[in-house]
Amino acid sequence: MKPFTYERASDAKAAVQAAVETPGARFIAGGTNLLDLMKLEIEQPQHLIDVGRLPMATIEDTADGGLRIGAMASNTKVAADARVRSRYRVLSQAIVSGASGQLRNKASTGGNLLQRTRCPYFYDTSKPCNKRQPGAGCAALEGHIRESAILGASRACIAVHPSDMAVALVALDASVETLTPSGETRSFPLMELHRLPGETPHLETHLIPGELITAVVLPPLPEGGQQYRKARDRASYATAHASVAVVGGRIALGGLAHKPWRAADAEAALASGATAEEAMGVELKDATLRDENAFKVPLATRLVAATLREAAQ
Amino acid sequence: MRTTITVNGEARSLDLDPRTTLLDFLREKVALTGTKKGCDHGQCGACTVLVNGVRINACLSLAVMHDGDEVTTIEGLGAPEALHPMQQAFLTHDAFQCGYCTPGQICSAVGVLAEIKADIPSHAGDVGAQARLTADEVRERMSGNICRCSAYPQIVDAILDAAGNLP
Repeated sequence: MKPFTYERASDAKAAVQAAVETPGARFIAGGTNLLDLMKLEIEQPQHLIDVGRLPMATIEDTADGGLRIGAMASNTKVAADARVRSRYRVLSQAIVSGASGQLRNKASTGGNLLQRTRCPYFYDTSKPCNKRQPGAGCAALEGHIRESAILGASRACIAVHPSDMAVALVALDASVETLTPSGETRSFPLMELHRLPGETPHLETHLIPGELITAVVLPPLPEGGQQYRKARDRASYATAHASVAVVGGRIALGGLAHKPWRAADAEAALASGATAEEAMGVELKDATLRDENAFKVPLATRLVAATLREAAQ
Repeated sequence: MRTTITVNGEARSLDLDPRTTLLDFLREKVALTGTKKGCDHGQCGACTVLVNGVRINACLSLAVMHDGDEVTTIEGLGAPEALHPMQQAFLTHDAFQCGYCTPGQICSAVGVLAEIKADIPSHAGDVGAQARLTADEVRERMSGNICRCSAYPQIVDAILDAAGNLP
């Protein structure tokens, strides 16, 4: 690890202030992804601002019947919350299908959203990667990689977002609350948090530098069934080749794109009477396929069909 | 950076380079080498310890992040003359070969039983139902602990036995 300085933030405003004023500063909460990358020197922060103990770990009911999840609530805490399990079961299902028990105990809600791709070429510092070094090129394009994106990919990056939790949150139409560098609170749909890679895959979210995620807010209990399904190489502790969250008429896909993917075209097709297979045909009509990831088309299609059936039961 | 961590009931106060992981703090600074360094990237679980009673990977946490915390390592669970029930169960069921992953397996298993007792759900069960202790649940919940000798069947038996739940 490269040397860095460390401070424990006293409150959220001070944390944001320090992030703006200190060159090379990064927030650290659980640290399970950031420290992994710091050991490989893929991440090289000069200063860490520990926000892990800020009083933002509570899960509370909102006035309109939704739920406000503090950004520092651990993945385990969210998955185990009785209100989440009874009203937003898709979120609990998604969380416990990701990582390991040890990691879920440490990882925070905000950090889960901001975790970085597990693309093996991002991790391999002997290979060029536009995420690690803008303009360096993408070794994955010429490499062997089954876990690459089929939706929204670019010539600069074919990495996928690894979060399961975020896929369920998109299907739940959750929003993100943040504290901006100017000290204001802002709120926006979680679906608008992550970017597609385009020519700048090193920019992964629309957060302003120094902006801190303070909470994730779930709208009131949605109508219709909920279900999360994930397909992967191992029965446990592996990222998704494809995953699906269904919440009523909404569908979100994981493992297929640089961000959790709201399948709006498939939703519209289903609403006008299409079968799941037909709807996914519409959703994936512009998919960019490579020899090694083409399996994701039938996989995602069948997974959506199965998940819709289960959600309707 | 001055950091105080209570390890197995004893307060340890040290000046640390912020880069020191909790794992290196335990092994190199406090000389408790029962906690093992396997992959050092959170993939194998050999470094699993209990922090304030909750299992985490000690390799993916900085010691300075744990100022004021209470850490329990394999050395704090039991002693050779007074084994923790989980340690005894691993011996009874021959739940290891080389033993390198074992301290992490045992700390993780103690954490698993506490998590089931606290009704924390897992991928092996219905998230809407009460968490239950079954072999499938143990296999799923222990998936963050790798055993290259593949003593998994005995590990599952040991954990069920320690919980008084062996069929």
